[in-house]
Amino acid sequence: MQERYITCILCPQGCNLKVQIDDGKIVSVKNNGCEKGPGYANDEVFHPTRVLTTTVRIRKAKLPLLPVRTQKPIPKGKIFEAMKVLAGIEVEAPVTVGQVIYSNILNTGVDVIATRNMN
Amino acid sequence: MIGGGPAGLGAAVEAKKLGIDDVLILERDRELGGILNQCIHNGFGLQEFNEELTGPEYADRFIKQVKELGIEYKLDTMVLDITPDRKITAVNSHDGLIEIEAGAVILAMGCRERPRGAINIPGSRPAGIFTAGTAQRFANMEGYLPGKEVVILGSGDIGLIMARRFTLEGAKVKAVCEIMPYSSGLKRNIVQCLDDFGIPLLLRHTVVRIHGKDRVEGVTIAEVDDKKEPIPGTEKYIPCDTLLLSVGLIPENELSKKAGVILDKNTGGAYVWDDRETTTPGIFACGNVLQVHDLVDNVTDESRIAAQGAVRFLKEGEKTEPQPININPGDGVRYVVPQRVKKSRVEGAFKMFLRVTDVYENAKLVVDSDKGRLFAINKRRLSPGEMEYINVTQRLLNRFPDIREITIKVERG
Repeated sequence: MQERYITCILCPQGCNLKVQIDDGKIVSVKNNGCEKGPGYANDEVFHPTRVLTTTVRIRKAKLPLLPVRTQKPIPKGKIFEAMKVLAGIEVEAPVTVGQVIYSNILNTGVDVIATRNMN
Repeated sequence: MIGGGPAGLGAAVEAKKLGIDDVLILERDRELGGILNQCIHNGFGLQEFNEELTGPEYADRFIKQVKELGIEYKLDTMVLDITPDRKITAVNSHDGLIEIEAGAVILAMGCRERPRGAINIPGSRPAGIFTAGTAQRFANMEGYLPGKEVVILGSGDIGLIMARRFTLEGAKVKAVCEIMPYSSGLKRNIVQCLDDFGIPLLLRHTVVRIHGKDRVEGVTIAEVDDKKEPIPGTEKYIPCDTLLLSVGLIPENELSKKAGVILDKNTGGAYVWDDRETTTPGIFACGNVLQVHDLVDNVTDESRIAAQGAVRFLKEGEKTEPQPININPGDGVRYVVPQRVKKSRVEGAFKMFLRVTDVYENAKLVVDSDKGRLFAINKRRLSPGEMEYINVTQRLLNRFPDIREITIKVERG
């Protein structure tokens, strides 16, 4: 039996989850303030993911950068690789919030979207 | 609205929805949204929209409403003066000098970062020292990465967020030093911005010297004792080209002072009633200009309270409250907002926002009145970095007749 403490990052509450793992499975999660805790603990132990927020270059806009994010969390281990992909792309204004800037990044099935309008 | 960030936007939308036609936002930047535009990370909007948005997306939700509702705004416009009788002087390059007689004013100017000068670090004055928010604007909007080897002093949320941002962009963040025994940032940010990338958080540490003549070449850090004095012999040199400061935020109240608004020395913001009216009738305040919030969702919440107060003032005019109640911070509480309540006007309930002075485990927040105890709430953990909210219902206020004072304190165990 293995015991781990994991801070849940799903909301600002930041619950300190007490997770018990036995035989490659989570057998109990305690200290969770809401029903999302056990699911987060499972993801965090076996396949941690994060939403990536960054910028890409933009032409013909008032600013040189357009803020973007992955529409859903992607595997934590692919974050730096995703940064490299996005460093290589450049878009052109106008762009609207929610517009897909790069689809299916690193075959994760997740799109990268613009997070603001840029004229 | 003085300011077109989240507080001004939220207040403008609420006032318009409550039937006020003549709403004007004055914003000094070239666009609406305020600091949200540079906060490109996620984590905004969980309470307000029940989804996790980035700063620009959160701002966009309100900017859309401002446009749909036909609310007037002026950009690139600097407010120079506000008088106690609500005459506003502003200037921009289209209209020149503008004078506005406002029926009500909502102060929503936000806050500033505490600069290097305010914390007195010895050493030379090289380039490469930035407040975290300035570095954030450079990196996320202007397209410049301010440095490659970074030390961060202070563990406020912006500092933590920038530690991750610099790391993602290929810079090396060598350490985050925090003079206190705890971080003032949210736990989730320590996990996803520092732990995820193996960045050390050095509690009870500070920067005691900055090295370098033209550009920062390194900093000397040291451990501090209980009095926050550096402990001799614990000094350590860290080579770096950049020092970021994330050492606190200060409400920006120069204009409020001109309007005769009295400030609370504990918050740095205005002394307000529960409807966010300041000591100057008809002038209201909300958001970070009133108290530095952790979450923009709470800024929006507060902006609505201020707008409702302002709309009532416009409709009913100035009224003297017959049953004022003062709210005081007691032992273990640094401040409470609001500082007083218009008891006769409370509809249903009102919310108290407060910060404690220290970290407490398994403690109680106790709400006392001059006529007797109102209630107590058990808290697993209280920390100065995390704002607490207490809802006070009208029924509780009526538990004792004639309450004049309320005090909130922390009780251990």
